[in-house]
Amino acid sequence: MSISIALHALEQGLIFGIMVLGVFLTYKILDFPDLTVDGSFTLGAAVTATIIFSGGSPLWGISLAIISGSLAGLFTGFLHTKLKLSNLLSGILTMTLLYSVNLRIMGKPNIPLLGKETILEKIAIYLPHISGNYLIPFFFLILVIIIKFALDLFLSTEIGLAIIATGDNEQMIKSLGANTDLTKIIGLSLSNALVALSGAFFAQYSGFADVNMGLGTIVSGLASVIIGISIIRTPTIFWRTIAVVIGSLLYRLIMIIALRYGYRLGFKPGDLKLISAVLVIVALAVPLIKKRIDFLTSFNLGRKDLQNNHKEV
Amino acid sequence: MLLIKSLTKYFSKNTPHQVLALHNFNLKVKKGDFITIIGSNGAGKSTLLNLIAGTLLPDYGEIRLDGEMITYQPEYKRAYWIGRVFQNPLLGTAPYMSIEENLALSLKREKRGLRKGINQEMREYFRQRLSELGLGLEKDLNKKAGLLSGGERQAMTMLMATMFKPKVLLLDEHTAALDPESSKKILKITEELVEERKNDLITLMVTHNMKQALEVGNRTIMMDRGQNIFDIQGEERNKIDVNFLLQQFSKLRNQEYIEDRLVLD
Ligand SMILES: Nc1ncnc2c1ncn2[C@@H]1O[C@H](COP(=O)(O)OP(=O)(O)OP(=O)(O)O)[C@@H](O)[C@H]1O
Ligand SMILES: [Mg+2]
Repeated sequence: MSISIALHALEQGLIFGIMVLGVFLTYKILDFPDLTVDGSFTLGAAVTATIIFSGGSPLWGISLAIISGSLAGLFTGFLHTKLKLSNLLSGILTMTLLYSVNLRIMGKPNIPLLGKETILEKIAIYLPHISGNYLIPFFFLILVIIIKFALDLFLSTEIGLAIIATGDNEQMIKSLGANTDLTKIIGLSLSNALVALSGAFFAQYSGFADVNMGLGTIVSGLASVIIGISIIRTPTIFWRTIAVVIGSLLYRLIMIIALRYGYRLGFKPGDLKLISAVLVIVALAVPLIKKRIDFLTSFNLGRKDLQNNHKEV
Repeated sequence: MLLIKSLTKYFSKNTPHQVLALHNFNLKVKKGDFITIIGSNGAGKSTLLNLIAGTLLPDYGEIRLDGEMITYQPEYKRAYWIGRVFQNPLLGTAPYMSIEENLALSLKREKRGLRKGINQEMREYFRQRLSELGLGLEKDLNKKAGLLSGGERQAMTMLMATMFKPKVLLLDEHTAALDPESSKKILKITEELVEERKNDLITLMVTHNMKQALEVGNRTIMMDRGQNIFDIQGEERNKIDVNFLLQQFSKLRNQEYIEDRLVLD
């Protein structure tokens, strides 16, 4: 494996890692599979690219991306909690309407950023002593670490604990005085703000924004979360946020290798989405199959404990 | 004072499956009252507690606490002054969260903000309160609640329901899912925790155990078909025994049997 593949996987794994932390927040913490992310990733890219393209500051573009992402999450939360739509339908509706919104924002399906000053040029000025190849991974590593710790800290506050409890036992936390409509809306906003931020960075990293660039975000996000959590099995938030970022790095590595060498096995670039969906299916099925096998073998071994307790706590 | 007036609740209203779960129910509870509630399956006991807590909203009638009308207040707001324990131990705690996180969620119910969810002072308090339960739960505050036994969870939920000094405590067959040993233990914990606040707490406890219903608390009501058909306290209550209650029950049963037959014919 060449250095360039590893570097690319590292860069992309970290940039998408911000999105994966957002997906982790909804899917794992709130127990809410949020499809909004396909739209809000593009939204972040569209807003930032539009501003940079018209000569605005990248920082301003990134800030607006965060705000617009959180509004997208808020809208999904509104559909789900106030209009009582199912979580999947709420996400699908927001994602769909965001497609038109994104096109409106950009004014065309694609905005190139070549030759424009992005955040990556800015940091090169502030960190001159780091050589070009390592500058981008270094910057995103620091950024992801900061976001990880900020998220951990937030989840340990009074509101944070109420959000975790909403995903763990909603009836209980309602009877303990939390407005679970509100905790869900806060979680969804925060999650989509992270996803849009990730999109904002990805547009600047890849040098363009495209109205279709968010397609499949939810699947790659879920794949990363599931890979990370099944490799590092831990109950603490501190380690789980690390686990999902590692999941993101591994996922991007697998994707880049599949793209680079997949043709030898007859894969085409268009097959990547198939591969990531299969990855999610396999990752979700393995624990079930393993449980089933444990359960069946427990009869032969006379393992009464497993027979009675094969349901995990 | 908790005042319940003409409280009425239908399920599946205006459908062929319509059920009148609570029918013109009236009840007046003084501060310090510990009421045990008995009644056959489907009598409306859980419905009554759910209406008081705001999990369900009534079709008719009103609920007042200390003069304030709370009939339609959302459930999470009533939680500021209501503590609850359910029959199913799984309902009372968040399984993937630690003991201390569960307790912290219960202690700080109002105006949650960006302050730290748990601090050292709270931990000390939790250790002390848990050690009073005598189950050794104070030894590992980081243990996930899902790893505790049903009895341990129920003891913890009892603590969570009283620790924050509520005005009303609602217990719905909270010992019914436990083995006799744990059941006794939880009942004892219940009495101790209620005793601490015996001057200002209102307690409603649903039970199917008639012996329990007469031994615990200072007042007993019997419900049938959504109504309060029998209400006894003080001297009168001291005189009656389980047999008396059973007689009351069988009277109802016969009547019901006859009525059912009439309907069938
Ligand atoms: N969610 C619901 N939907 C429809 N009917 C309901 C619902 N909840 C309760 N009921 C009906 O309302 C009536 C009263 O039920 P409730 O649960 O209050 O009885 P209970 O006295 O608590 O009985 P148990 O002793 O079995 O717990 C019953 O006929 C029940 O079938
Ligand atoms: Mg009941």
